[in-house]
Parts: sequence; structure tokens; C-alpha cells
Amino acid sequence: MFSEADLTALLITLKLAGLTTLILLLIGTPLAWWLARSQWRFKFLLEAVLALPLVLPPTVLGFYLLIALGPKGPVGGLVEAMGGTAPTFSFTGLVIGSVLYSMPFVVQPLQNAFAAIGTRPLEVAATLGASKIDRFFTIALPLARPGFLTASVLGFAHTLGEFGVVLMIGGNIPGKTQVVSIAIYDHVEQLNYGQAHSLSIALLIFSFVLLVAVYGFNRNTNFSLIKT
Amino acid sequence: MSIQARFHHQQGDFLLDVDLTLPSVGISVIYGPSGCGKTTLLRLIAGLEHCNTGYFSNGRSRWQDKSLFLPTHERALGYVFQEASLFAHLSVSDNIHYGLKRATKRAQILSLDKIIYLLGINELLGRQVQTLSGGERQRVAIARALAAQPELLLMDEPLAAIDIQRKQEILPYLQKLHSQLQIPVIYVTHSLSEAAQLADKLVVMDKGRITGVGNISEMLTRLDLGSAGLGGQPEQISMIPARVSSIDQTYETCCLTFAGGQFTLASSAMNIGDNVRLQIRADDVSLSLERAKTSSILNIFPAKVLEIVPERSSQVLIKLAIGKSLLLSRISTKSVALLQLKADSSVFVQIKSAALLN
Repeated sequence: MFSEADLTALLITLKLAGLTTLILLLIGTPLAWWLARSQWRFKFLLEAVLALPLVLPPTVLGFYLLIALGPKGPVGGLVEAMGGTAPTFSFTGLVIGSVLYSMPFVVQPLQNAFAAIGTRPLEVAATLGASKIDRFFTIALPLARPGFLTASVLGFAHTLGEFGVVLMIGGNIPGKTQVVSIAIYDHVEQLNYGQAHSLSIALLIFSFVLLVAVYGFNRNTNFSLIKT
Repeated sequence: MSIQARFHHQQGDFLLDVDLTLPSVGISVIYGPSGCGKTTLLRLIAGLEHCNTGYFSNGRSRWQDKSLFLPTHERALGYVFQEASLFAHLSVSDNIHYGLKRATKRAQILSLDKIIYLLGINELLGRQVQTLSGGERQRVAIARALAAQPELLLMDEPLAAIDIQRKQEILPYLQKLHSQLQIPVIYVTHSLSEAAQLADKLVVMDKGRITGVGNISEMLTRLDLGSAGLGGQPEQISMIPARVSSIDQTYETCCLTFAGGQFTLASSAMNIGDNVRLQIRADDVSLSLERAKTSSILNIFPAKVLEIVPERSSQVLIKLAIGKSLLLSRISTKSVALLQLKADSSVFVQIKSAALLN
């Protein structure tokens, strides 16, 4: 059903989405916690920057990343100067691009979940002798659990469907940076509708099963992936 | 040993300026209208609110002064909020253990078994918090606060969010705590009746300041606290501590000895020797110049008028002393004129009814 190249593309896609989600949960959790609790007056500026990928054309983000991460760009140049290889047109570059592009889809659900807890449970925990870090792990994290589920699913699914950013920064190198969405496009370009169909249906079924699992898990709560 | 609290705290337009000394035993009730700063004071004591110019010590442990600010989790306190605020992701038992686990450094004041017994929550331990009634939640919240082995218990209107019927279910537990607990309690309320039932000391607050501090019986009968304090309240009550001295099976009454005489009351489940509080509404106390010999009222005592304060043009409040016990009466201005009452007049008080609080 899948060609060797298609299977590799599928594998790269899953690896990319998985790794991106993991990194985003690690970075996004403290960031979302800070955003939910901070009273900093210029917080809105940071929030606006973080929300940019929601509205920015992916090619624009991809274009600037290509410049920044390229061998002559500020980041890529620095890496090369230190003896490394610039991350453009590599899997590392894809991960960096995906992390930035999917950031709001992870940070915002987490921020909402943390904000929904309110200050009271944390105050109660403090009066019961729990330190700041203790309160975070024993009260905030467990109470924000539905938010973590939403964040993981949205982060994963959004990376899965990425096209523009990946194309700009990763090129379309089969076996290295070719992901499913681009492979499908390639097949259609070459009028290989059958193979395009196989990959498409695979993604469709996978996405659907993922969502069924999430909604099924939350069927007794008033759960919604998209909260405004 | 005492509790010392000094705070000068500006919060927007609101200034809280308090200098308070409270005893290290018993329940001190902070009473005042909403918005007077009672809750803010309690939060300052707990360190939940920051105040740069503050001082607080509880006995030997100092929590805050010019150069010291202990974070809340390092203060040996228990805090019961108005809403029980149980942790939704933990069972009843885990909620209680949350504080217990973190109290290992604190000296044990109450064992877990004793706490569970005192609040009657043994049957609730395995339950999820979502299945509890409002009253049950608050009992669990109190147990959780006590399990943290506090050296001071702070309670912020713990009964305010509970309906009247449930209040009567919880009050006995609080009274039981009162007699069993070795640590001081600071209890915030805007209900004078709760204060009369629980308080040893009463602190009256208004507009961020303390307008009066004293023993509950004295404070309830103080008539100089202004309309925002105890004066001008629709429900004027006084409280007389008493002890059950005998029980009459024939008429199902009991005899209560207080500093000033003996009170007869329909006996509820009382035992000889029980300490009780008599709560008497000012409207239920009438005055006469001679002892009525043929009255249906059982409780008639000789008393002395201490103070007469006009309340409205038609009504006055009168502060009386029966022996050493203080009492309020509310009668019409016309009666005062007819009986020619003034300070130092000798009268007989007739108490129509009294609520018994144990």
C-alpha cells in the first residue's frame, strides 16, 4: 500500500510531531504557568508574539527561519562558527520550525488551564505547608490535566499537518526532511492519485482515532479542544 | 504569651491600620460589616497578603517584622476559607493527608484520629469531594487545616457560604473544638449570633480600624460602639455564661447557675455540670419596678440599670447588671418615662426566652 519512500515520510512525520510536542510541553509548561500568573505590565507584548503563528502565513515564518538558521544567518552562522552545521534543510531545522509554529497550540491551552485553577487552591496549599515548587507539582499540574491533554493533541496534530514552514526550512529531501503532507503534494503533482490517497486516508484515520480517544476520555466533562 | 498583630496596609483607597493583642488561648472573633477589612487582616496574618510595615508574632514564634517575612508555608497556621476549597483532584482522605504529610517538622498538637473524631468525618474519608454537601465540605476543610498541626487557626467566615440549617449542624463541632483545642483561634464573622456562641474575646472592626476589643459578654452589651459597630444592629443580643446545676424531671426543666442567680429553662439533652451560654435577645427582656408575683415568666431577677441609650425616638436600649452578669433590654421610650428609669435605678428584669448554646 505504501512505497518505501512513503513509509519513511510517515515515520519522519510521526517522529517530528512527537518530538515537537515533547519539547513544547517542556518549554510551554513553565511559560504558560508564568503567563497565567504574572502581573507584568508588558506581558501582552509577549503574548502577541507567541500568538503570531496563529495568523502569520506559514511561508512567512518559514522564510525568516530560513534566513536566521541559514549558514549566513545570525543563528546558523553562530552554529557554523562553533564548528556545527547550520540546521536548515535538516531534521533539526524542521524541529525548530515546528516548535515555533505549533507553540501557541500548546501554550494557550496550558495557560487557560492554569488560569482556570485560580489562586485559591494554591493559597490553601500554602497554608498547609506546601512550598512554591511543591504547590506547582502537587496542585497546579494535576488540576490542569485536561489542559495538558488538549495541548498535546493540538500540538501533535498541528505539527502533523504542517506544510509551508517545513517546505521553506527543510526543503523536500526524501528520507531526510520529506514529511507526509509534502509527499502527498508531490504525488498529486505527478498525478499519482493512488499513492496520494493511501497517505491521505492514513492521516485522516489517524487524526480521527486520536480525536475519538481524546473526546471519549473526556466524555463526562464539558470538554472542548478549542477554547476562546 | 499572646498574639501581637500590627499592620499598616494600603490597598488602593482602603487603609487597614491595626494594632492588636490577643490571648494565646480560646477563640477571638473579629466582627464587623463587610468591607471593614476583617478578611484582609486574616490574610495579612497568614502572609497571603504582603505588607511592608507589619509585625506579627504568635507566642514565641515571630512571623513578620521589619526585616522578616516568613512565606505562608513556613507559618505554623491553619486557614479555613469561606468556601471549603477542597482539592478537587484528591479524595477526602488525601485532602486531609496533604497537610499532615507536610507537618512533620511541626509539633503534633492533634492526632489524626482525634481530628477525625472531633469533626465526625470518619464516614466521609473514602468519598470524593464532589459528592459532599456544603456542611460536610467545610468540616473536611477544618479537619485538613488541623491536620497540618497549626499553632494558630484562622477561620474566615467558615459558615457564611452554608445555609442556616447546615450552620446548626456545624456549630456543635466548632463548639466541641473550642473546648478541646489548645491552640488559639482567630475567627472572622459578620454574624453576632455566631460570635455570641463561639467567642471568648470579641474584636470589633470598622473601616480598616479596630473600634473595640474585650470579653464577649462585655462587648455585646457595650453601647458606645456606634452604628457600624455593635450599636444600631437590628438584632441586639447579650450572652451570659452559665452551668447546669440541676435537672427537674417532673417539668422537664433545668436549672442554670450564673453570676447573678439561677435561670430556669426547658431542658434539652443537658447533663449536670455542663457549661452553657445563654443567648438573650434584647427584645425578650422587659422591666418592672416590682417583682411580678403572678407572672407566667419563670426568670425574673433583680437588676441595676447601668446605662440608657436612645436608639430611635420611640425605643431605647438599656444595659443592666444582674449581679455580675450583663444584659441588654430594648423597651419603648414611653416605658422609660412611666417607670422613671435612669442610671442606677433598681428594677426587675423579666426574661421571656433565651436560647441555650453549649
